[in-house]
Amino acid sequence: MAKKYLVSGLNQKAKELRKDIITMIYNAQSGHPGGSLSAIDVLVGLYYHKLRVDSKNPLWQDRDRFVLSKGHCSPAIYSVLADKGYFPKSELEGYRKINSMLQGHPELSTPGIDFAGGALGQGVSFALGIALACRLDKKNCSVYAMIGDGEMQEGAVWEAAMAAVFHKLDNLIVILDKNQVQQTGKTKEIMDIGNAGLKWKAFGWNVIDINGHDMQQILKALDKASKIKNKKPTIIISNTIKGKGVSFMELNHKFHGKAPNDEEYKKAIEEIEKIDVKKFK
Amino acid sequence: MSEQKLATRDGYGKALLELGKINPNVVALDADLSDSTRSEYFAKQFPERFFSMGIAEQDMVGAAAGLAFSGKIPYASTFAVFSERAYEFVRNVVSRNKLNVKITGSHAGIFTGEDGKSAQAIEDIAAYRALPNMVVLQPCDSVEAEKMVFALADYKGPSYMRMHRNPVPIIHDSDYRFEIGKGEILKQGKDAVIFATGTLVHEALKAAEILKSERIDVFVVNIHTIKPLDVNLAIDLAKKTNCVITAEDHNVIGGLGGAVAETLSENYPCIMKRIGLNDKYAESGKPDELYRKYGLDADSIAEEAMKFINKKR
Repeated sequence: MAKKYLVSGLNQKAKELRKDIITMIYNAQSGHPGGSLSAIDVLVGLYYHKLRVDSKNPLWQDRDRFVLSKGHCSPAIYSVLADKGYFPKSELEGYRKINSMLQGHPELSTPGIDFAGGALGQGVSFALGIALACRLDKKNCSVYAMIGDGEMQEGAVWEAAMAAVFHKLDNLIVILDKNQVQQTGKTKEIMDIGNAGLKWKAFGWNVIDINGHDMQQILKALDKASKIKNKKPTIIISNTIKGKGVSFMELNHKFHGKAPNDEEYKKAIEEIEKIDVKKFK
Repeated sequence: MSEQKLATRDGYGKALLELGKINPNVVALDADLSDSTRSEYFAKQFPERFFSMGIAEQDMVGAAAGLAFSGKIPYASTFAVFSERAYEFVRNVVSRNKLNVKITGSHAGIFTGEDGKSAQAIEDIAAYRALPNMVVLQPCDSVEAEKMVFALADYKGPSYMRMHRNPVPIIHDSDYRFEIGKGEILKQGKDAVIFATGTLVHEALKAAEILKSERIDVFVVNIHTIKPLDVNLAIDLAKKTNCVITAEDHNVIGGLGGAVAETLSENYPCIMKRIGLNDKYAESGKPDELYRKYGLDADSIAEEAMKFINKKR
């Protein structure tokens, strides 16, 4: 079990990064707050507890890889990478602006980025290619890929799901940020993905189901996933709330890809400030 | 020159196997067509470096990109037309990131024959040419295909290599020096130039013989690299002849004809004749029957060339 102080410390980190995310999107008056806020707790668990990476050596060959397949949630990973020192925090001010490093969707030229997302349904294939290469080179690293639940509607995800099992890639871990909402409405109403866990299980994956805002569960699931070596890939179904932490963004598809205005920004920051890191989940 | 005929895909398979022997970073992927694309030669010798991806072209391209990102040199093969299934993967995962993925599309053009429209890619060159960072290659014989496979291993970046199902004459010797981006003058001339690519190089050579009997002397140029086009050669021969013909087993829109027209219109505008599929799909049949019916055989090329040259005179 993860120590209590560790959990509240990570929650505190996620709280700070939530503010960075909202501020970036507000400054750019463009971007995707909903999915960034649903994913940030798992990203904090990954980058501050799990991933074997080195911000001084972003292309270290033995590092764990993280593929953000849902690339529109770039503010989440940018806020983490800046905080970890991959690039100066001041770069966050350039997010989505001309001549800046931080593009609307991640590019490989940004230190710490292992996948150029933006087009859904591609990251798991890319991650499984990395996983194949790691195995060929006998590298003992894990490859993580985060997808969204709307993204599960892309057929290519299932091509990759089948191939990862066929190639026995137990160094591949997918995290499904199941935040229930996509651009034009609830996932259930746009194209219901049904029982996600059963589908992945039927494809032959190890399935771990968690509350993706409960840091205790996140850390436990990440530790467990990296230890399972049964010749099968693992998926962590991270049940989350789109827009988590800002009441008027929560489960609201209008904030899938819209920036807050002045008033909304002020309110969002106030709400995030009030998050109780000891109780957050 | 020899009388022997081989398909370009045979040269691909042979070279990939040889390349695998000397370069441990080379890996191959296929989408259940490895017997047709000839990647099976590599697969049999190096099973641990060959990845069967099933009938799933998008996943194949995505995985190839991940392998390239990790320092491998992936050759991903399928039919030309099915590689297009993964077009947006090529666009967003491969060419956007300049990743070192070698896409190979076999069974290109109506030369594929009996399989008919569904398998006869006639738009692939146009499609891949439109992607920034992509190199687009098409060999005219199996020796050139072999050289291409080796040249691509030394070239770092995304590429599309277009291959053919049926045998064609071998016009290159084994010591042929292939260079990406350099056109090859196969026959000197003065009255006109035929820029040809792939299987139509052979038809263009035969057409030149027919034209000779009519006292018309044409250059025949093998354009194995459609992108980047050998711009200097195109302009130089346009200036020398003022009579430019292109020939390809591809739609006349966006392929070699398009590439030459784009270049000349900005550098040395002249009236051209583009020979290819006239914006239509073909049908089932034998390759030579199809070439005759759709105007891609030597006789048709000679006839079109004669009309065009006489009009200009």
